[in-house]
Amino acid sequence: MYEILEKEILNPNIEKMEVKAPYIAKKCRAGQFLMVMVEEDGERIPLTIADYNREKESVTIVYQIVGYTTKLLSRMNKGDYLFAVSGPMGKAVEHSEENKKILGIGGGVGAAPLLPQIKEYHELGIECDVILGARNEEYIILEDDFVKYASNIYFCTDDGSKGHQGFVTEVLKELVEKDNKYGEVIAIGPLPMMKAVVDITKKLDLKTSVSLNPIMIDGTGMCGGCRLTYDGKTKFACVDGPDFDGFKVDFDELMSRADMYKEHEKKHICKLEEGGKNNE
Amino acid sequence: MSKFNMSLTKVPMAEQDPKVRARNFSEVALGYSMEEAVEEAKRCLQCKDAPCIKMCPVSVNIPAFVGKIAEEDFDGAYMSIINDNNLPAVCGRVCPQESQCESKCVRGLKGEPVGIGRLERWIADYAREKGLHPHMEVEKNGKKVAVVGSGPAGLSCAGELAKKGYEVTIFEALHKEGGVLTYGIPEFRLPKAIVKSEIDEIKKLGVKIERNVIVGKSITVDELMKEGFEAVFIGSGAGLPKFMRIEGENLKGVYSANEFLTRVNLMKAYEEDKTPVHRGDKVAVVGGGNVAMDAARTALRLGAQKVYIIYRRGEEELPARLEEIHHAKEEGIEFKLLNNPVKLLGDERNWLRGIECIRMELGEADDSGRRRPVEVEGSNFVLEIDTVIMAIGQSPNPLIKQTTEELKTHSWGGLIVEEETMETSKENVYAGGDVVSGAATVILAMGAGKIAAEAIDKKLK
Repeated sequence: MYEILEKEILNPNIEKMEVKAPYIAKKCRAGQFLMVMVEEDGERIPLTIADYNREKESVTIVYQIVGYTTKLLSRMNKGDYLFAVSGPMGKAVEHSEENKKILGIGGGVGAAPLLPQIKEYHELGIECDVILGARNEEYIILEDDFVKYASNIYFCTDDGSKGHQGFVTEVLKELVEKDNKYGEVIAIGPLPMMKAVVDITKKLDLKTSVSLNPIMIDGTGMCGGCRLTYDGKTKFACVDGPDFDGFKVDFDELMSRADMYKEHEKKHICKLEEGGKNNE
Repeated sequence: MSKFNMSLTKVPMAEQDPKVRARNFSEVALGYSMEEAVEEAKRCLQCKDAPCIKMCPVSVNIPAFVGKIAEEDFDGAYMSIINDNNLPAVCGRVCPQESQCESKCVRGLKGEPVGIGRLERWIADYAREKGLHPHMEVEKNGKKVAVVGSGPAGLSCAGELAKKGYEVTIFEALHKEGGVLTYGIPEFRLPKAIVKSEIDEIKKLGVKIERNVIVGKSITVDELMKEGFEAVFIGSGAGLPKFMRIEGENLKGVYSANEFLTRVNLMKAYEEDKTPVHRGDKVAVVGGGNVAMDAARTALRLGAQKVYIIYRRGEEELPARLEEIHHAKEEGIEFKLLNNPVKLLGDERNWLRGIECIRMELGEADDSGRRRPVEVEGSNFVLEIDTVIMAIGQSPNPLIKQTTEELKTHSWGGLIVEEETMETSKENVYAGGDVVSGAATVILAMGAGKIAAEAIDKKLK
């Protein structure tokens, strides 16, 4: 049932897939995610819905190859079938009533979950600027899509191969510290990046939303594995999020909880690398 | 051969040795042989106004099926029980018979009651081995009913409706069917091959099961009704874990029982190793119900050197099934009764290292009728622990309520229903099982599913 309709390799670590998923495609909104299983008795992994096509009954996912299951996923091709795809999970993004300009910041593969949000704002007639950051030019993804929806795109790379050399926060500072025209910042990327963005915007009281992807199992609020401390209370990222007010998120606790299975993952990738070649 | 076996004790049922079974996931109870089953069945006196039937939440005609086993009409025994109970292999294994059918058995007045649960288990296993199927010539009536959740409530409701001629589709959120039968109850209590086999029998009645569809997210109840389903039964269970809200609960190594059991039972973390689970050395399970027993015995089987059950009330108050408590103790799990956690302690890398507890004593009874535990001031102590599993209860998952406006719920999340029909505050929407009662048993869920099926049939006829 969950046929891979299209597949595109964006760079050696990041791939994009269009998958048939009728229920999800009919209902999903920006900010929501889905659960994928590549094989029976395999892992369930959460991936944000980067795009969707209601007529085609398909959704688009973008994933970084970081562990066993994403590696397995990268070995699948157009015409193959995934074992399970379910959703849409999480809350759809709520749009503010004001008509102020939006600044989106996408760090690495974080650009993928950022895209549907920018697209939705654009469709509502709200102007968006976007900062895309990555380690080098090759790792900047989805530029062609953002160009359709953003008024200005600022690039940022560690090695300076494209745009500003340095961190997204440096570009952010330049844009907001002198003359802030933004009503909201949407920051999606690695936890340290989102934390660093919030450190800046909090001082300016510039509303910032972040998108979290802690370790998850079911995605429907059943297990509490994805819990975080938010405004001093415990929330589940899968049902209360994954989009949250960045000012209230305890990033340190999230970063700590994120490495719980690091040792296990390390052992796993070695096993997978021993047999067979990587996907061509 | 005499007709009745007047022995005062049940025919013993073989079990794996505690030391051996504490390190494997194979079923603990090994079941009766045919001869043992017949011998036990002959202990039943075939009471005219059998009190056992009234104690069964699905009203199984116990003397009927037990009588047929005693006569060695095994096919007849199976046909009898499958008529009343769609999941006999499951119920025989997990029902708390000691507080239901067996509690009122007349034999229990002088000695042990008839081993009704053991016999139900035996006949179901026999039928599966022999490939017996319930004979069902059903005339379809062309009406569609949707069931939410493929756990015991949903399966029971769907099975009953299918027998009455309805076209039933079950929508299951997870990628595997069975609900708690699959993700909650461990392999060593309820082998998943048996769960699958029981569900297959229900599918043979014509019931369709669509997996990976989350009602409330993928589709709403209203949308289901627009698609032509004339009634909807909600059996979505109690899948929202409760945490104590104490300090340190977000440290690494702290699990809700739901997460821990789902990783091990549903995702097979104990054998497949694709979904990891933290295998602690010194584990503390907080709680005293079946879920706590399951979590503790699972942790042991994952290799823990020491497993504690920490429960705030005493032995008498433990809500778990007697056999599970007994098995847990046999396997070496230490029960720290009248103890309650105060906070969880971690190291510099935020891994759990200890649990601070306080001693309790029992005071006056509370609303539930159980005596309230009260802290003994100054009696705090610390246990060295690297894993804590919170098994202090589960409440109904709110996803459906959030997208179905007219559904009225209690403050704690349980759907409000008419007791006699299980109909909710929304017309033609029914509910039963844990989503109504809060976390309870498989058999009660099945009973609710049955009541709802009758009511739905009455309304739609």
